[in-house]
Amino acid sequence: MPGTADANQPNKERTIAVNLIARVEGEGALRVTVEGGQVKDVELRIFEPPRYFEAFLRGRDYREVPDIVARICGICPIAYQMSAVHAIEQIFGVRVEGSLRELRRLIYCGEWVESHALHIYLLQAPDFFGYESGIAMAKDHPELVSRGLQIKKAGNRIMSLLGGRSVHPVSVQVGGFSRVPSRDELNSLADELRRARDAAQDAVRWVSRFEFPDFTQDYQTVALRPADEYPFNEGPIASSGGLEIPAPSFEERFREQQVPYSNALHCTLDGRPYLAGALARVNLNVDRLSPLAKQALAETGLTLPLRNPFHGIVARAVEVLYALEEALRIINQYEPPPAPSVLVTVRAGTGMACTEAPRGILYHRYQVDAGGTIQEAKIVPPTSQNQRRIEEDLRAFLPRILDRSDQEAALECEKVIRCYDPCISCATHFLRLEVERR
Amino acid sequence: MKTSASGTVHGQAGPVLAPIRIIGIGNGFRGDDAVGLVVARRLRGLIGPHVQVAEAEGPCLDLLDLIEGAEKVVLVDAASGPGPEGQIHRFDATAGQIGREVFPTSTHTIGLAEAIEIGRALGRLPAVTLVYGIEIGAAAIGSELSLAVSAAVEEVAARILGELSE
Repeated sequence: MPGTADANQPNKERTIAVNLIARVEGEGALRVTVEGGQVKDVELRIFEPPRYFEAFLRGRDYREVPDIVARICGICPIAYQMSAVHAIEQIFGVRVEGSLRELRRLIYCGEWVESHALHIYLLQAPDFFGYESGIAMAKDHPELVSRGLQIKKAGNRIMSLLGGRSVHPVSVQVGGFSRVPSRDELNSLADELRRARDAAQDAVRWVSRFEFPDFTQDYQTVALRPADEYPFNEGPIASSGGLEIPAPSFEERFREQQVPYSNALHCTLDGRPYLAGALARVNLNVDRLSPLAKQALAETGLTLPLRNPFHGIVARAVEVLYALEEALRIINQYEPPPAPSVLVTVRAGTGMACTEAPRGILYHRYQVDAGGTIQEAKIVPPTSQNQRRIEEDLRAFLPRILDRSDQEAALECEKVIRCYDPCISCATHFLRLEVERR
Repeated sequence: MKTSASGTVHGQAGPVLAPIRIIGIGNGFRGDDAVGLVVARRLRGLIGPHVQVAEAEGPCLDLLDLIEGAEKVVLVDAASGPGPEGQIHRFDATAGQIGREVFPTSTHTIGLAEAIEIGRALGRLPAVTLVYGIEIGAAAIGSELSLAVSAAVEEVAARILGELSE
């Protein structure tokens, strides 16, 4: 929107607006107000589809939940399914162990690989090379983008085999899966996964040589931290401040608050913003990474804990390598379980679970009645948890770009926001940038 | 790939794909956003096994895998342009970039128009790539199509059948 403020006259009030408008929903924006050369307000709004799904879930049979929640996010359907089935299994007193548990880790590996590869190669790397988009980068560097797509496809193959949505012959359900793959079916993935793992090693080296802005923050990081594995489905919630609580206790320490400028809720831990996602996971679980991933991280020369949000791309690349190694381990050791699902006895109650979505911890709570009908659903997605933290980053980052034009400043803000890989267009696929002055 | 494809064989070698493919794109739980999927389902009953009919609910970039090795592809998706709900747009993506006013693009995420352009940049577009867009309004939660959008399904299906007989 044309305005009257001049970027060269810092004493006037100045508003930088980055409108993020999903094609269908049309909500979400960043509004920055600058007065007298000082950042006054930073307000981030990100549309949150889960709020609508919570209402949609009420009155549904528990068996429908995995199919419904898989549609909340186009990028991370498995994360939504996993948090849902674990929460409902908690109500029914079901434990999914052995090969079924391994298959759940495997399908989660597929989702991380797919989601992270997309973000690294097509969404964030263009920022470091000065390209306006992944398309522009693909034209100049088809070999790089092809490598990203090759890695991403390996993740897709895992998800394709193990199923993410109801239309597929194999799918996730409470108690296990509708069907499990044979050894041969899993082995058929191995060659492609090995090639992707090699490419992922190159990817860690590649991203670690990017030129990162000198920008460190004092983060409170939060991630699951299981006793003896890198986190996917289970584990207590840990923080860099020493917190360690069982995942079902999430709501005792993490609080959601309404803010006047957004329909989304802001989440804090003991009243402070926190960081969830790949960077937090790597910081809190570095000792649980696989040997190759550990080595690749060490070779980047970065010092842990990572405190620069732009290093998130390195954390994601390390996790891609980890997920491919872990997938190969699972496939190599796989013995088909005696049954695709464990017996489930429906009973009334409330269950809570947290799993590690690509973007960070994803909390679900369900209340079901004795007939297995959902009475209440609560979903706290990682993007909502990171919103306050993104605002804090922007607040700290803005002073160094205030001398730029609104348009340039808005682009730099976007780069900061993009570090978090926020899920901003879950139903479809479009955002619009708008710069506003007043 | 979060897709289902009629006639595909999931398993060791991955899906077996035909040279001609119709791919419906959308989210099955977001009201009119599902229209591409509905068109695909409608066509599945009308078309022989020589044509692959797939439903793509995942990220648009997955389309690059779905179109790999195809000679002719027809993509069907919900669109958001200036026209009334139910209005049908047809684009020949082989000839050039498809209408960004109908399939808006951005630098943040990969939509249909961008996925096609990335495919073009990498030399991965089929020799014939056609796109049908059906204008929708706000996408509600649920699996019902609005009347205006639902009314367009038959016409789009008929036009695609016509494309295939050419």
